Amino acid sequence: MQPITHIRSSTVLLPNSNIDTDQIIPARFLTVTTKVGLGKSLFADWRYLKDGTANPEFVLNQPAAQGSQILVAGDNFGCGSSREHAPWALLDYGIRAVISTSLADIFCNNSLKNGLLPVIVDVPTHRWLLAHPGAMVEIDLRALRLTLPDGTHTSFPLEAFARHCLLQGQDELSFLRSKLADIELYESCRH
Amino acid sequence: MTGQTMFDKVWAAHEVVAETPDTPAILYIDLHLIHEVTSPQAFAMLKAQGWKVRRPERTLATMDHSTPTRSEEFFRDLPIKVDAASRQVQQLERNSQEFGVELFGLRDARRGIVHVISPELGATQPGMTIVCGDSHTSTHGAFGALAFGIGSTEVGHVFATQCLLQRKPRTFAVNVTGHLSATVTAKDLILAIIGRIGVSGGTGHVLEYRGEAIRALSMEERMTICNMSIEAGARAGMIAPDETTFAYLQGRPRAPKGAAWNDAASRWQSLPSDRDAAFDRSVDIDACTLTPMITYGTNPGMVLPIGGAIPIRTDDAVHDKALAYMGFHAGDSMLGKPVDVVFIGSCTNGRMEDLEAAARVLKGRKVARGVHLLIVPGSQQVKQAAEEAGLADIFKAAGADWRESGCSMCLGMNGDTVGAGKYSVSTSNRNFEGRQGVGARTLLASPYTAAASAIAGKVCDPRTVL
Ligand code: SF4
Repeated sequence: MQPITHIRSSTVLLPNSNIDTDQIIPARFLTVTTKVGLGKSLFADWRYLKDGTANPEFVLNQPAAQGSQILVAGDNFGCGSSREHAPWALLDYGIRAVISTSLADIFCNNSLKNGLLPVIVDVPTHRWLLAHPGAMVEIDLRALRLTLPDGTHTSFPLEAFARHCLLQGQDELSFLRSKLADIELYESCRH
Repeated sequence: MTGQTMFDKVWAAHEVVAETPDTPAILYIDLHLIHEVTSPQAFAMLKAQGWKVRRPERTLATMDHSTPTRSEEFFRDLPIKVDAASRQVQQLERNSQEFGVELFGLRDARRGIVHVISPELGATQPGMTIVCGDSHTSTHGAFGALAFGIGSTEVGHVFATQCLLQRKPRTFAVNVTGHLSATVTAKDLILAIIGRIGVSGGTGHVLEYRGEAIRALSMEERMTICNMSIEAGARAGMIAPDETTFAYLQGRPRAPKGAAWNDAASRWQSLPSDRDAAFDRSVDIDACTLTPMITYGTNPGMVLPIGGAIPIRTDDAVHDKALAYMGFHAGDSMLGKPVDVVFIGSCTNGRMEDLEAAARVLKGRKVARGVHLLIVPGSQQVKQAAEEAGLADIFKAAGADWRESGCSMCLGMNGDTVGAGKYSVSTSNRNFEGRQGVGARTLLASPYTAAASAIAGKVCDPRTVL
């Protein structure tokens, strides 16, 4: 994984709360056996019309949203199914961070494992972001700080180890494997 | 010192290394369940690294999500219609063989939905840690196990180390007092709980369902409750093991036998939360006041008593969007709403007692003209038991479509879908937009309500036909 320190981008908004992973990527696209190329199925039922053409009403299809790497979503984004295809699809599409007031647990875990940054902000900051679509913001992972266009900033929480791994571009599994001796000891004590 | 919750006890017993401010705990996993949809990428990671599945004997594989439910396709007289699904099934067959993982394959009499077969086999046991690349792994908490869903990367972690890196969740007591009346089911209770605490109310927490109403439930009912913990956003749901749990488990193929059974049972008896255990949060629910429940919107928290009217909310864009999708209006009564499809099945309500409930309603009656009633057992063993008990005959006589086991219309990735704009009363667990196929409109309810609605051809209070 590439180390992440900063993300600077305009935002794209999906203000509804409780957007579930079935919306992020519907089940019929889960018959794949790899992770690549899922970006085209991202939000498929909202993004495309019945005939398969782009739905001009949907925010990701609007000119202002093109190239945006930061999604600002409503509360409890990513609830429902544990499918990791959801962060895979977001990343493959080009989203690198999701800002919300809360994210569903499994989605948050899955995101961190793939370098999709979850940024949990307070309600006033969230409200400001929702009122200013396309705002250019900066996420500083080292300082755990989100900076708005006027220079004001707010801090956000992130689990310490996940942050360390993201900053180093390190895989959590290598840490886990470095503890195999402890795991063996645990197994031998129990059985 | 205050006592420990059941969750604390199970957690502590599985801590290989405790958490620190800088690092999460390393949690040992007793049982890893896998299926065809969320495992291929994890197996691919193992292959790329040249690693083995570290504890294949702690790993069980089944195929359920993308498998067809029509007997013709199922037994491969016909090819599986969805091509990619067929590849996924074959991939799991190859991976299981290559990595020495036990697989309940397509024609295995023990195959079925992962959360139905593991308890059925007696593989799910109190005090265990159980994970699966599937959010409804919470089902197994009904036995006093700590069971939760993980993503495919974590499936790879468990393959490689039999462990997961985890921060300790908080605890949440759901106290259910009183008793459920005869026509109000576990499904109605869990829908009422979700309606009360909300779809994100349990985020970061492990729920423990407690109280006399929970004690009175059968194991299958407890599984229905724990299954939908994830619909309240919770990491997991648990119910303390007791005599009901032990009676269910004893004699099952993978349950301990003889002296080992006695040892296990006495260990399990120490699992329930201590009397003075403190929970981070709690909620009290009176079971006596509950009636059958039904959802009206596009998440399971948008739920009401079946006789109720859709709430009127001003300035709530999510509510408006949900009602527009459903084709409903604030203030509408749910009774009498049109029904095109009725689905009875899934890991929430696809077990024997659920089919018995459906049969009680359907016996001697006919499905309304124009309604497709699809009944899909949760496992091949449930299927066989239902056929032997004569339930399948009741269903067929009523005009229902009786299938091979699988996830089927719960998520519509296997060819079973509701149809765009159509209404489905479903015993599954998610009424998300398009969950049951593009444009499908899902009303979640109990098997009683589903069966009654199939007969009436519209949303029907089951108490009028029972
Ligand atoms: S029945 Fe539905 S909820 Fe259960 S495992 Fe299958 S798809 Fe998931």
